[in-house]
Amino acid sequence: MIIKRPADIRSSEITPESVYRSRRRFMRESLTAAAGAGTASLVGTPAVALPREWLAAREVKQGVPIGEEMTSERDATGYNNFYEFGTDKEDPAKYAHEMTVDPWTVNVTGQVEKPGKIGLEDMLAGIDLEERIYRLRCVEAWSMVIPWIGFPVKKLLDKFQPSSDARYVEFKTLHRPSEMRGQRSFFSNIDWPYVEGLRLDEANHPLAIFAVGMYGKLMPNQNGAPIRLVVPWKYGFKSIKSIVEIRLTRRQPRNTWNVLQPSEYGFYANVNPNVDHPRWSQASERRFPTTLFKPNRIPTRMFNGYDDVASLYKGLDLSRHY
Amino acid sequence: MPRQFRFSVVRVGKPLVFCVLAIPLVLLGVDVWREFQLPGSGLGPDPGEEVVHHLGTWGLRTLLLTLAVSSASRLLKRPQLVRYRRMVGLWAFTYLVLHFVSYFWLLGGFAAGVAIDGRRLGFAEALVMDIYKRPYITAGFVALVLLIPLAITSTRGWQRRLRRRWKTLHRLVYPAAMAAWTHLLWLSKGSFMDPFVYGLVLVVLFGERIVVRIRKQGLTRAAAAK
Repeated sequence: MIIKRPADIRSSEITPESVYRSRRRFMRESLTAAAGAGTASLVGTPAVALPREWLAAREVKQGVPIGEEMTSERDATGYNNFYEFGTDKEDPAKYAHEMTVDPWTVNVTGQVEKPGKIGLEDMLAGIDLEERIYRLRCVEAWSMVIPWIGFPVKKLLDKFQPSSDARYVEFKTLHRPSEMRGQRSFFSNIDWPYVEGLRLDEANHPLAIFAVGMYGKLMPNQNGAPIRLVVPWKYGFKSIKSIVEIRLTRRQPRNTWNVLQPSEYGFYANVNPNVDHPRWSQASERRFPTTLFKPNRIPTRMFNGYDDVASLYKGLDLSRHY
Repeated sequence: MPRQFRFSVVRVGKPLVFCVLAIPLVLLGVDVWREFQLPGSGLGPDPGEEVVHHLGTWGLRTLLLTLAVSSASRLLKRPQLVRYRRMVGLWAFTYLVLHFVSYFWLLGGFAAGVAIDGRRLGFAEALVMDIYKRPYITAGFVALVLLIPLAITSTRGWQRRLRRRWKTLHRLVYPAAMAAWTHLLWLSKGSFMDPFVYGLVLVVLFGERIVVRIRKQGLTRAAAAK
């Protein structure tokens, strides 16, 4: 099934895909020719971010409803933790438009056979998009249900062919203080850029996705445009936003919140009602929509209800590796 | 003889200050009413957090304002300002009590339905557990407890009864303010703007008192030397 939602621009204004693709190809080829370096690898393709019509021109496999009420788009795009734009929940929606997401390149490095810096649109070429309706559980004990549009992390990693030495994946968010006021803040104690990591087998799990859209639209800046990670069985801070670098490593990478406060945020950060955050209980969560008189508090489930992933952690003491 | 206009602290000043300090509570009340009328409209996506945060913020602000009243009366040489101090202090206490109650009602361990061995904790148990387990809650609770005797003995009757000890007792406001600030510091994450700003205010207010004290000692010494 196709969930092509109506675009908010007239169809007459949209450049047909064949035309813009050929334009881009022309630019790419002339650039490569000018550089005189037509390497066979993915390196050297010019940076082209996702044009607005990009999503409309694609088929998106519809997501499977999970039988839980969806969080409103307004809440999911208006209440965010994206400290690059400030620490208030409303800050990202207010200030994330200052971030340029066009053009966007992602640098894939480390233990891969085909490293390279690649424009987003080229990176996503040939990858099928699908909708995934996931619960998102924030470490702060609130949660949402969001329809993401994306694709499995594995599909992208495979393109770059991780070497046999690769055991972890590190992700990095854009670091551009001129456009991200939180990174300019004198009072921030975060060591920018924001970094996160997964074990390679976690990243390769079919539930782990890269998302480029939500609610049938391209990803809003405040939610991590143009490409972000979504790992639904882990606390939200693991699902790093606005990714510019993916590095395959041998050793466990650092992750920002763990560096900042190791007693409160681990590397694994699997949703776990039995391990409290030192400052609050993780036994339950406030599921949005929540109102003062109907708080909609529900018990938190192990792995956020994604029991499939339990096999990844056999033999691991999850109270120590929180 | 034309009657001269004289500003009445009791008839004009106090009601005015009372109303100004009530504004944050009234605004919150309006939001709660809107939330009641149309859920999701008044207090944003996370209303519980919003209510607790709003009350805590204004509790700390009015607490610092209480300290500022004495400083201002000295710096501006207007001793009559001190007559507003009790009202400001009682508003601070009110906001902090509401902050405390709303936290345990909306966010704390009781609201979260914390259970031990499958048994859900009662209100009092959950409260004790939160205070015991979470240092920032401990600090906030200490601040509130320290303010209770001050609120009780804020009346003129108690002032008379305690005589000189009243002043000593009310110095508890200093550790209370420090505990409240520690509470803020320990709940901050990612940014230290709020603890810095409120800390700066606290430093200025404490500093002014230290300067006054040193000057007084200097004067007494000078008088003794004469």
